[in-house]
Amino acid sequence: MKQLLSFIRKEFHHIFRDRTTVMILLLMPIIQIILFGFAMSQEVKNTRIVVLANNMDEVTRKLIEKIDASSYFEVAVVAHNTKDINVAFRDGKAKLAIVFEDHFADNIKHTGKANIQLIADATDPNAATSFVFYASNIITAYQKELTPVQTAGGFVQPEVKMLYNPQMVSAFNFVPGVLGMIMILICAMMTSIAIVREKEMGTMEILLVSPMKPIYTILSKIAPYFVLSVVNFTTIILLSVFVLNVPIAGSFISLVVVSLLYIFVSLALGLLISTITSSQLAAMLISGMGLMMPVMLLSGMIFPVENMPGVLRFISNFVPTRWYIDAVKTIMIKGLSIMDVTKDVGVLALMATVLIIVSMKKFKVRLE
Amino acid sequence: MNDTTSNQDKVIITENLTKKFGHFTAVDHISFEVKKGEIFGFLGANGAGKTTAMRMLCGLSIPTSGKGTVAGYDIFKQPEMVKRSIGYMSQKFSLYEDLKVWENIELFGGIYGMNDKEIAQKTDELMKTLDFENERDKLVKSLPLGFKQKLAFSVSIFHNPQVVFLDEPTGGVDPITRRKFWELIYAAAASGITVFVTTHYMDEAEYCDRVSIMVDGKIEALDSPENLKKTFNATSMDGVFQQLARKAKRVDS
Repeated sequence: MKQLLSFIRKEFHHIFRDRTTVMILLLMPIIQIILFGFAMSQEVKNTRIVVLANNMDEVTRKLIEKIDASSYFEVAVVAHNTKDINVAFRDGKAKLAIVFEDHFADNIKHTGKANIQLIADATDPNAATSFVFYASNIITAYQKELTPVQTAGGFVQPEVKMLYNPQMVSAFNFVPGVLGMIMILICAMMTSIAIVREKEMGTMEILLVSPMKPIYTILSKIAPYFVLSVVNFTTIILLSVFVLNVPIAGSFISLVVVSLLYIFVSLALGLLISTITSSQLAAMLISGMGLMMPVMLLSGMIFPVENMPGVLRFISNFVPTRWYIDAVKTIMIKGLSIMDVTKDVGVLALMATVLIIVSMKKFKVRLE
Repeated sequence: MNDTTSNQDKVIITENLTKKFGHFTAVDHISFEVKKGEIFGFLGANGAGKTTAMRMLCGLSIPTSGKGTVAGYDIFKQPEMVKRSIGYMSQKFSLYEDLKVWENIELFGGIYGMNDKEIAQKTDELMKTLDFENERDKLVKSLPLGFKQKLAFSVSIFHNPQVVFLDEPTGGVDPITRRKFWELIYAAAASGITVFVTTHYMDEAEYCDRVSIMVDGKIEALDSPENLKKTFNATSMDGVFQQLARKAKRVDS
């Protein structure tokens, strides 16, 4: 026990004497949450638009006011001809154009039918789709106001309900993603680097010659990163609840249990990486390229797993983050409990067992 | 070898110890004995197999065949007991650079199961003998190389092992620092610790009680430096070594 304690103390010294790394590790989750939450937001908010209406009649004006008053759009340019629209798009002054046909109000009054054209800047296709969707919603709502009772027959009006996230806040989607990414990064990457560093420095030899049990070496390497992950988990949860207003709809205990399991999988993964590499650089490359890319791209954090081609969807099964993010979304956003994510928990537990067995076997007690 | 010495006094015994990596025989049936308190020099060119042989004795590498005991424990059956009875210092400098001097000592004392009181008391003594009292709270990385090596050696014998294995301990330091380092080795041997040292500095070979010279995985000569010089009709250990090493077929690995 004394062995283990003095060794764990040593590991904390290593980490806390390296000030830069500690700062990075502690600040990273905060910066990521802020980046994802405010800078890289997919939400439609105060998007600048350009409007073109040749006849500023009552109906047109009211609709424009409605659009401008919504939190999604603000009218940046009022165009006088189609050329102005092109200029606005080219100069980046607007992302969406709303064009009213001539005699808009008259047409509604006389024929009951009028046309509006929506032109969106589709360099970012997802964003363009959202702009059009929001704009259409406002227009439809306005249309209902104008003709409160649907005229008879055959007109199907879908009623859309956004379940679990009615305001479509993107934080609901990325908070689980950031959790998954930060923890695998810290656990897997930092643990593997810490172990490989001992190999590189030659101190691993001294440890292997000593009566120190290999399991103690591993446990004490893992301990500080486990603590760091728990700190980061707390930071992210606090930030998302109090700054981004993402509530924890489900059971907090369930969330903690799933997260601890995921931390365990990540640590085991780090251990495995450290047993197959012999330099810090290799460990960093493997965890950087081999882990970060699949975690970012295949976990469902950025692109939905369901939309991936078959091969990628198959590969994503082996990315622990995919299962973790799914579980966190279910618990945190949908408000269900751990009983509803048994599949995710099962897969993570299986991964943990396999990884621990393999890396324990591979952790060399003897140098060859 | 002198058969009148009882096995009690023999701290290291090997019989036909062999290590093969696939078809390559790194260590080829070596047999030797080292007495308690002896300074035993283990010489050989790079790739001759001395590091592999030493690793087998330390329990870092499993021998392919042969027998060996260290401090009375079988290296096959009781590697954990062997580990408790030995100290080890490798050619790579092997203390933690980002820990303070006393923290390194405390750590290794703890790993070898010493209690706090014992560690504190011995640390004080050690700081006095090494004249290190001002460096006690300094990070190891701020010390000059000669200091670090002295400290690494002192840490390797801090738990009072029966044998200490030194793998090219003085690499990269000047002859004067090397000489000072050897004073520590003599002191350790005088206190009853057996010293098993590999080196390729021939001036160091002269300091050993007995020297073995490995060529291509085999021990080609084993005797005191004086006797070796007589046998090979050489004026220095360097001369002895040159004659033997010339026979080597292996190139540096």
